[in-house]
Order: sequence, then C-alpha cells, then structure tokens
Amino acid sequence: MTLDTVKHATDTPQTAQPWAELGLKEDEYARIREILGRRPTGAELAMYSVMWSEHCSYKSSKVHLKQFGEKAPESDALLVGIGENAGVVDVGQGYAVTFKVESHNHPSYIEPYQGAATGIGGIVRDILAMGARPVAVMDPLRFGAADHPDTRRVLPGVVAGIGGYGNCLGLPNIGGEVVFDSCYQGNPLVNALCVGVMKHEDIHLAQASGTGNKVILYGARTGGDGIGGVSVLASETFDADDSAGASANRPAVQVGDPFQEKLLIECTLEIFREHLVAGIQDLGGAGLSCATSELASAGSGGMRVELDTVPLRDATLSPEEILMSESQERMCAVVEPGNVARFLEICEKWDVTATVIGEVTEGDRLEIFWHGEQIVDVPPRSVAHEGPTYHRPYARPDWQDALQADDAARLPRPATGDELRAQVLTLVGSPNQAAKSWITDQYDRYVLGNTVLAQPEDGGMIRVDEESNLGVAVATDGNGRYAKLDPYTGAQLALAESYRNVAATGATPLAVTDCLNFGSPEDPGAMWQFAEACRGLADACQVLGTPVTGGNVSLYNQTGDTAIHPTPVVGVLGVIDDVTRRTPMAFSQAGQLLYLLGDTGDELGGSAWSQAVHDHLGGLPPAVDLERERLLAQILVSASRDGMIDAAHDLSDGGFVQALAESCLRGGNGARIVVPDDLDPFVFLFSESAGRALVAVPRSEELRFTDMCGARGLPATRVGVVDGDAIDVQGQFSLPLAELRAAHEATLPGLFA
Amino acid sequence: MARVVVDVMLKPEILDPQGQAVQRALPRLGFTGISDVRQGKRFELDVEGPVDDAVLARVREMAETFLANTVIEDFTVRVEDGTPAGDARNGAPA
Repeated sequence: MTLDTVKHATDTPQTAQPWAELGLKEDEYARIREILGRRPTGAELAMYSVMWSEHCSYKSSKVHLKQFGEKAPESDALLVGIGENAGVVDVGQGYAVTFKVESHNHPSYIEPYQGAATGIGGIVRDILAMGARPVAVMDPLRFGAADHPDTRRVLPGVVAGIGGYGNCLGLPNIGGEVVFDSCYQGNPLVNALCVGVMKHEDIHLAQASGTGNKVILYGARTGGDGIGGVSVLASETFDADDSAGASANRPAVQVGDPFQEKLLIECTLEIFREHLVAGIQDLGGAGLSCATSELASAGSGGMRVELDTVPLRDATLSPEEILMSESQERMCAVVEPGNVARFLEICEKWDVTATVIGEVTEGDRLEIFWHGEQIVDVPPRSVAHEGPTYHRPYARPDWQDALQADDAARLPRPATGDELRAQVLTLVGSPNQAAKSWITDQYDRYVLGNTVLAQPEDGGMIRVDEESNLGVAVATDGNGRYAKLDPYTGAQLALAESYRNVAATGATPLAVTDCLNFGSPEDPGAMWQFAEACRGLADACQVLGTPVTGGNVSLYNQTGDTAIHPTPVVGVLGVIDDVTRRTPMAFSQAGQLLYLLGDTGDELGGSAWSQAVHDHLGGLPPAVDLERERLLAQILVSASRDGMIDAAHDLSDGGFVQALAESCLRGGNGARIVVPDDLDPFVFLFSESAGRALVAVPRSEELRFTDMCGARGLPATRVGVVDGDAIDVQGQFSLPLAELRAAHEATLPGLFA
Repeated sequence: MARVVVDVMLKPEILDPQGQAVQRALPRLGFTGISDVRQGKRFELDVEGPVDDAVLARVREMAETFLANTVIEDFTVRVEDGTPAGDARNGAPA
C-alpha cells in the first residue's frame, strides 16, 4: 500500500476517503478540505476525525459551556481556570490543589473492568500533567436496575476495575456515589475524579513554546488500543439492537497497567522537581493526535514530529493508527535541548521508555513525517481548538409538562406509626439508600496515610500538610431524577448538595468541577436538558461564589431513542485549616442534642421515598434557595471551627430519616426524636427540602450554637437527643438499630456478593 | 475419562502487562533472544463420558460466556490428546 503523503494527497484530489466511517459529517469533511486547500491525507483525516469528535471538540456543548466562564464569580482562589488539563485552586500556605472529574462511560459498558480502570488512569494523568502529585480519587457511578442481570455483569467489573487500578497505584478512594436506575441500563455512568496537591510554583501547562525544544514521548509503548475509540465509541449512539450485551461492533479495548502508571507518576514528579519541562500533556482520548496538536496549538510555534520514532508494541501499526491509538500510561513533554539528557536519565532510572519524537519549530504548522515523508501538514489550532461549533436546536420536550403535573403529592402516604416504620425500613434498604460498603470496602481508603474522612461520610477529606494540618474536602453529587423533572433546578440541586456536603465536614467550599452526562445532542429534548442544566449550574456557581474550574461532557448516553436521565454530576472542593477540627457524621455519644437546620416543606417530587415505595417519578424537585445554602454552609463551618457541634450530616435524598439512620448506625447510638409541632410526621421524616442539615450539639454548647443560628437567621429546631439503641420517633414508632442495620446493610451483598 | 483443554489468550492487539513484565525480567536473569512474551491461561476440563461434538459445543459455550472474556481474549478448545477440536478459534477476523 502506498503511503498517503501530503504530496500524494495533493496529486490525487479525487480519492474517496472514509470520512463517514470515521464519524465525520459531510460538511465537516468539506471544511477540512477548505482549511488545507486539498484533500487531507489519511493521517490528517484520522487526526481531524478524532479531534473533531464530540468527545474531544465539545462541538455541541461549547456554546453552552461558555457560561461557566462568562458567569464565573470573582475568586481569588482560582490559579488556573477552564481550558487546561484541570483547574488549580489556591488553598493557602503556598499550596495549590487541582481536581477534575471525567467520564469513562462508554468503554465501561463494553468492558467494565478495563473501562473503569483506565478511567482512573486517565484522570490521574490529567492531574499529574498540571504538576501535582495525585493524592486521592473518587467515583460517582450510575448503573441500571440493581436486580437486572446485566447490572450483575457491569457493576462487579467496574468496581473491581476501580479497586484494581486505584489500589495498585496506591491512591485512596475517598468517596463518590452509587445510584441505580433503569434509565442507565444500557448506559452506565462511570465518572472518576482525582485530586492532586502541589506548591504554587509547580504548576505546569500544556503548551509547546521555544523553537528547538524537543518533544519527548514517554511511558508505555504504543499499541492498537482503542483505535477510533473516541470517535466511534464516545460520539455515536449505540445501535438499539446492540443493547442486549455489547455483542457487536467491538473496537479494541484499552487495557490499563497501573504499575506502569505508578512509575510514570514518580518519574514525572522527579522531572518536575528538577524543572526539566517547558510544557506537558497527558495522552488520553485521541492519543498522539490530541497531545501534539494541543501542545502546538497552545504554544507560540509549530511542531515537527517523526512518527516512525514512536516506540511500538505492534510493529504493523500504520501511521494513522499510531496517531489515533489510545494506549494508556503515556505522557508527552516539551523539553529544552539542554535538559533532554537529564530527562532521559530520570526516565531510565524509573524504567520508563522515553523517546525524542520531534521538536518545536518556527512557524505555525504541525508537520508529521513517516520515514522522511511528510504525511501531516496542518495548522494545529484548526485541529485542536477551532473545530466545528454547533448551535444544536433544542426544545423543551412535550412530555415535560405531563411529568411535572404528575405530582408526587397524589401518592398514598403512610398514616400510622406502623406504616411509617415499615416504609423507613423499605427506604433505608432500597438499593439507592442502602449502605454502599460492599462496594467501597473493595477500595483502599487509607493508603498514603492522609485520609481524614472517607465513604460513607458526607465528603472525603485529605490532609495536605502534616505540620499545619491544612486539608481539603471533596464531595460529588448529582440526582438524575431531580434533573429529569427540571434540569435547571436539578443541576443547581446537585451543586447545592455537593456544596452542603463539603460544608458539613467543616470545610469552606471553594471551587467546582462537573461531569455532565446527557443523551444525544441530536435530540432537541436532550439538548434542552443540557442547555438548562448548564444555565442552572452557571447561575448557581455565580451566587455561591464557586467557579467551575473544569470538567467533562459526556453526550450520546442513549440507546436507541431512550436517553438516560440528564445527570449533571458536580464535585465541590473545600479547604479546612485544621483537619483535626473536621466534623464527622456519626452520633458518637448519648446525650448529644439533635438540631435540624433549615426549613422543611412538603417536597417529595423525585424523592427517594417516591422511588423506593411507589416506583414513581413526577412533579417538581425541591426548591433551591442558594442564599440559604450559603448561610447554612457558613454556620456549619463556623460551628466546626469553634467546636460547637460534634457531628453533622447533610439532608438530601431520603430526607431526615435517611440522614438520621446513617448517623445513628455510623455511631452505634440510637436517638429519641420528637416530631416538630408544625410538621406532619411523614413530611418531617421523608421530605427532601434542600438547604438542611442534621447536627449533634454537645449540651455545653447548646446556647452558644442556637444563639449563633438565631443571630444569623438560620432556623434551628431541636428535634431530639442521641440515646439508647433504637430510633424512637415519639408517638409514632420505635426501630431497634439492629433491625435498621440489617435492612440497610444486607441489600448490596444480597444482590452482588 | 477424557480431558478437554481450553487455552485463553489476550487478543494480539490488547496490552499484556504480565507478559511485558516477564519479558523485561528475562534478560536480567540471563535469558536473551526473546523478543516478545504473551501470557495466557489454560483450563483443563475433565469430562464425564466420551467427548463428542455435543460436549465440545458445550465447552465452547462455556469458554465463550465464562472462561474467556471475549471482548479482550481469544480462546481455543482441544481434546487432550492433541487433536484440535475443529474450528475452535474465535474472535479475530481473518
């Protein structure tokens, strides 16, 4: 086969090219020809097709994502914002923290173990590429119905993959979520978040500047992994007849090697310590196509790459395949010539393969050669940053009104104490509300020795400095049911809950990362959900003063015409000056007074109760009051700092009784609860009104705490006391902890063990 | 009692970290001249009664659905005496 060089392409303009098979649309292909003034070579076509895919170019989403920049609140804490590998936040004492959440949804459905494992690997390299040492991961997960046979295939594989890769890497997994809903049956969501820590001066950026600087590819050798994965997998809807079990159309799956990644981390950090790199980029989706074009595009010059120098695992790979390969555990660095020898020496020490594959050139072209013949000659910006932009049509779906009109208020409610008791047991034992320890126990939570809080606490917390006890807390939340009922409010509720969770641990929320999981952008209804969720999230970030620092969009989570619930997953990062003052969720001592903070309304639309008891989804989600969220967070942080509370737990899905049950079980203590006079017992126990938390106040601090709430205008209602070994809701029912625990903890092992 | 052997190997394009680790170790231990190592696994199934086509079909089904992860692995089925059991190789396109 003749090599499709630039010259050959110029001479054979009429050659038919497989642009459609590579996922490009006709007008996109025409635009490539227009940019180049000729037909693209095979290698150029490969690059454009992966980089212009939805996954890499954000072509459908970027007109909406712009709001995160335009509406970004002023924040002194933000050191690096959207656009780099990950955002960087100042947490004080010279430290900076970088964090980001990404999706690895489609690969995890095809091959659950490797899909989830390489999801961890990818996000860890993003964090590493910023100059930070990765210190923790979290995994927000969504699966189909808990009792569906395919969930038994996907969930154990995903969990084992996360555990296998993360544990080998020596990174604690400090939290996340697990949600079951039949809408995720053919489209499970496997999101992964990583947190990294560095000093301010260690921040690195993905850019190639300085003519003559060398481009070094290091890490694993390149093989045929996931070729076309980005364009074919993540950017096209699965065929409806492929939903049964990922049977057809299987591309090569990427396989992760966590020990290689560990070497890559240590090697890269040593290289950073010696200040040997001018720019750096990890290789993820779209592999070398992405790394070379993005580095060159962000820098001041051009780039020349000798592609045949790339070390290969499979010598038969074509140049196109090398450019598209998604082999894991690779990084690309730009290094001044004088530092190359030392760079390679460090790689050698860590047994990491490193090769100079090219250099930064004058001019503004990305040129790639194969055994001396030119196969790529493109303006890098046209590949990396100036891809197509779509203003996709969007429209509120015609079923939205009917869904909202189907109010959960019509559902029969428990009338007696016995009925309430039975439904509490149903709720806490339902797959979504049940204990997740069967899953999280498979992850290492304490490796590295800096984990302060981890699952099932409201947020994960990591100590950053051993001397000063400075720490950071991270929580992730998202409720697809709320977002389905109202995507604008649902996205805001995801942020509010995550923000509240961080504050409940005693940390001050600073910044946001988001993973926006939606259906097909070519469906106006799904696109409307996406647009509304972006608008809601950007508006709420502005009010709460927490900028979005980066994240990821995953579209086409859809099988046939059936899309997932719109699922914006929001991660919030907070800082705490002294981790020894953190607030746990456990009710650890009898006699602690229980206060409910915030207002409780009759809000059951999209609630866990409506799902667990009635299998119902309709009405409106709880109302959002962002000023109230901010006040609640300030109270929780102040109370933690001044030692006014012993425990705190955020109220969200499942409402008061879910939070109460979790805090009681965690501490091994019961509680006597009095239903407030102005509330119906059912509404009090099950409503999911936002902006609330349950706190345990030591008797000695009661006056000081209630005075503070009173002075700041936050409703604080005394609802009971920690006591005994049962949850005793006076005048209604008593539920021994042993019975509660059995119901709460048996569900997942029963389904998956 | 007859024995059927199922050999499971990662597909050629799939990364094999274990094989690579072995390959890197070989020269350190003085074994030179090996350019690549792939590691697989072997199942020995002792079959009750004679091995006929029906039994082999069941074994293939077993391998397809349980012993091998056909998303990333190929398998071969053969009877212990060494005769390959027909067209057992799956997966990789010709």
